[in-house]
Amino acid sequence: MTHIFRTPFYAALYAALGLLAIFSSPLTIARADTSIPPALLEEGHYQAILGDCAACHTAPGRPDYSGGLPFELPIGTIYSTNISPDPVHGIGRYSEAEFARAVRLGVRKDDSTLYPAMPYPSYARLSDADIHALYVYFQHGVAPQAIAPPENKIKWPLSMRWPLRVWRWLFAPSIRYAQQRTNSQFTDPTLARGAYLVEGPGHCGACHTPRGIALNEKAQTAQDGPLFLSGGGVVEQWVVPSLRQENRTGLGRWSEQDIVDFLRTGRARPGASFGGMTPVVIHSTYAFTDNDLHAIARYLRTLSPARPEAPWVYDPSTADALRRGDITQPGAQTYLDRCAACHRSDGAGYGTVFPPLAGNPVVMTDNPTSLIHIILAGETMHPLPTAPSAFTMPAFGDALSDKEVAELVSFIRHSWGNHSSSVSEDKVRRLRQQIAHPTVPPILPKN
Amino acid sequence: MTDHVTPPKKPDVLIIGAGWAGSIMAKELTEAGLHVTMLERGHDHSTAVEGAYPESIDELRGAIRKRLFQKLARTSLTIRNHPTQTALPYRQLAAFLPGEGVGGAGLHWSGCHFRTTEDELRLRSVTQERYGRNFIPDGMFLQDYGVSYQELEPFFDKAEKVFGTAGEASSVRGQATGGGNIFAPDRSDHFPLPPLADTFSASLFRKAATEVGFHPYSMPAANASQPYTNPYGCQMGPCNFCGYCSGYDCYLYSKASPNVNILPALRQDKRFTLITQAQVLEILLDDDRKTATGVRYIDLTTQSEQTMQADLVILSAFQLHNVHLMLTSGIGQPYDPVTQTGVIGRNFTYQTITSSRVWLPKTHFTNQFVGAGGGGVAIDDINHPGLDRGKAGFIGGSPIWVNQAGTKPINAALSSGGKGAPRWGHAYKTAMIDQYRHSLSIDAHGSNMAYRDVYLDLDPTWRNAYGQPMLRMTFTWKENDIRMNQYAVQHIGQIAKAMGATKIALNSLQHGQNFDSRLYQTTHLNGGVIMGENPKTSAVNRYLQSWDVSNLFVIGSSAFPQGLGYNPTGLVAALAYWSAYHIRHTYLRNPGPMVTA
Repeated sequence: MTHIFRTPFYAALYAALGLLAIFSSPLTIARADTSIPPALLEEGHYQAILGDCAACHTAPGRPDYSGGLPFELPIGTIYSTNISPDPVHGIGRYSEAEFARAVRLGVRKDDSTLYPAMPYPSYARLSDADIHALYVYFQHGVAPQAIAPPENKIKWPLSMRWPLRVWRWLFAPSIRYAQQRTNSQFTDPTLARGAYLVEGPGHCGACHTPRGIALNEKAQTAQDGPLFLSGGGVVEQWVVPSLRQENRTGLGRWSEQDIVDFLRTGRARPGASFGGMTPVVIHSTYAFTDNDLHAIARYLRTLSPARPEAPWVYDPSTADALRRGDITQPGAQTYLDRCAACHRSDGAGYGTVFPPLAGNPVVMTDNPTSLIHIILAGETMHPLPTAPSAFTMPAFGDALSDKEVAELVSFIRHSWGNHSSSVSEDKVRRLRQQIAHPTVPPILPKN
Repeated sequence: MTDHVTPPKKPDVLIIGAGWAGSIMAKELTEAGLHVTMLERGHDHSTAVEGAYPESIDELRGAIRKRLFQKLARTSLTIRNHPTQTALPYRQLAAFLPGEGVGGAGLHWSGCHFRTTEDELRLRSVTQERYGRNFIPDGMFLQDYGVSYQELEPFFDKAEKVFGTAGEASSVRGQATGGGNIFAPDRSDHFPLPPLADTFSASLFRKAATEVGFHPYSMPAANASQPYTNPYGCQMGPCNFCGYCSGYDCYLYSKASPNVNILPALRQDKRFTLITQAQVLEILLDDDRKTATGVRYIDLTTQSEQTMQADLVILSAFQLHNVHLMLTSGIGQPYDPVTQTGVIGRNFTYQTITSSRVWLPKTHFTNQFVGAGGGGVAIDDINHPGLDRGKAGFIGGSPIWVNQAGTKPINAALSSGGKGAPRWGHAYKTAMIDQYRHSLSIDAHGSNMAYRDVYLDLDPTWRNAYGQPMLRMTFTWKENDIRMNQYAVQHIGQIAKAMGATKIALNSLQHGQNFDSRLYQTTHLNGGVIMGENPKTSAVNRYLQSWDVSNLFVIGSSAFPQGLGYNPTGLVAALAYWSAYHIRHTYLRNPGPMVTA
């Protein structure tokens, strides 16, 4: 989700607005307290999972919540902060009120404004009870880490922080307003819970809602209209899809159980997780409770389509042609040689093992970047306690030319009723240059 | 190299070998709450990396240059046919192909996943009961396993569910299904997946065998016929008959392996540690030599010798290495063929297999490149308990099958045309094309009995890279097994004629024929640390617990008293689950011998 801030366009804007704040000079020292009820600590831990705090505040190879995750921007590098209860380097001297203000309003202890990579416009909805549990967990359930993240490497004047305050005044909601907007939507407690999770701690809109010129999310809640969760931009060469009910490019044909399976295991009958969503699943959603997953799924299914789309209808002509040995369509031979073993000549794939290409929203989005990216770089379904098998699609970037990839992607986008636009060789060539390092496999799966 | 940064100094359990047996034991014992460290001499194997399509289906790297197999430069064995000969080292893999690395032979196997017949587990008893004591030839060491089919049935069932085995039951809880192998014993449940589709070759065999009066059935295959999730949550993709099973890591995740079916779940368990590149040299014993204290191994990444202690040691390497490690560790009395005393190395057996080829009219395309390693159609008419061995004149049996597993291009070129066919030029090419497109093979895959002068011991001359004496194999074919094979092959001729063959090349073992280690047969080696009810004639008890060292269990086909008609993996897995069950429910509560000698 925070990867959104790594794109050059947004990063440049951000640089103009100011930079990430570092917590400093707290006064009181948190200490372990054996009187804390274990259930409260457990609840706080769960809140940290719901909010996916570790995604940004735990960097690979560093202690939990000690920060240091780099954000490479054109104007320099910034690092996420240490939110362990260390009194000097972390948030050990934060009172609960100060903690709540930082999380929900983006104002740190010294009154300066946090860089909005911290999704406080979403967290503004967090209930007092959830904030309390989170605070107790971060003060008593997390080990203090007396290490500072690396110094941000950004030069003045871009390092000034005051423009962030302006941004906050313009775009961040008040707690009362945010809570009212989200909490008043549904009388059904399951839907209300779903709305709270998606709009609040889950901060799904950080990636899945389009952003305005100043990087502000164009909608914070379903009440703000159909732009909410209607699909974000392109992040690290992955297209962020719509979570609304569009038939072809949204979740219109996903059942409640499909969404639950996807969030719990990173794989579902109509599609599998890839790109920037995978860290969200493996650090956060896989551990959500059944009730919360169903609440999220049920709520997402109430979001009307942001745009009208003719329903996807399976067209058997491609499968029939391939079965006859007709490979006259450009890309058909490559598809049979490279793809059909797993995704089948009818594009249907195999359950949650090999995702379908026929009718898959990722295949039909206007922007074909994700499909090209996966073919060039491959992808892995990450192993999880809920689904330990790490199925891996090999990278074909070395094996296929730009022309072959373009024809293949066009073939997939035309076939089986997908009826989407063709892709040019030039598009593939440009994307290949942008994908600096193949993303797969970052950690080699072992099965 | 380890999965965890710091492996526990002293785990509860040490497991030697990361194949099927070791992985099953590791899963069971971590489920029991124990900390388990598994040592594997080879490196890790990842389908995502080494098995990635299309590189993984490179026949030159795979089957020809033996990518997944034992590296003979470090360890091998010596081979001879008779005790009077001098054995020489096995320098090139040919007759049999032990695996190396995580998954072991369970990564490069085909996927033929059988149970056993009821009789095979108590073969000495049934032979005496039916045909009298004198029917057993002099010098044949026929023995019972000490465990019955009924006792093992729940564990056969469990293994099939873990492996995602595709097949058709004949009788489930006493109810006949109308299909399957009518000779197969009753089952508690169906196979978890329906059988694989017949290849064209298999469908012809099915039809012809029925016409001749035999009883064909779909071979049980651990090649998934549909997407599958096993009880551990591990998933498999469905087989597409690409033919790259035996000798390869399946890029479709369709062929069951420890790597695909068990280790993904184990790797999620903090109690489990895997150490690769760890060549175990010795199981360490305490002073009274009745308790194993741990192992001594070489860490091949640092070239340093290590020891590790544990309360329980599981020896689950490949059959040959189980025997070797027992001998080098001095556990159990080595077998002496002269005095016929001792147990380690005794009852070493193999598998009889001969492939006959059938050519069909040019209108019939068998397309030999198509195949699934465990799929096909078989008959058990020469293997089932009801066959009158008294009349047939042998002990044992042989399933017959068309197991079209996919003939790869190099292999097709090497084996083209059959005996006497030209080896070059136009006629060679024509014969190769004809064979590849219009022929099929029918195998007689049978049992192999144990004999007094067929055994394993330590070679007096040759040493491995670690300075240890190599294992020495003394093995050849014996008359009983040759008769059995010939009897089975006669029936192949009948079926081939019914298929409308234009040419038939029957192939059987010949009287007086010696074992030839240069020709691939199977990797189904058995015995040497056999299970049984008597410590004078077996090395481990019916729970696969060493008679001599009660905190040592030796798992694998090394426990088979004689070679099965079927492939061994199903019984290896069931015995592992059987042993693990009794360790969990009996041994851990009261460590010590589970059977009083």
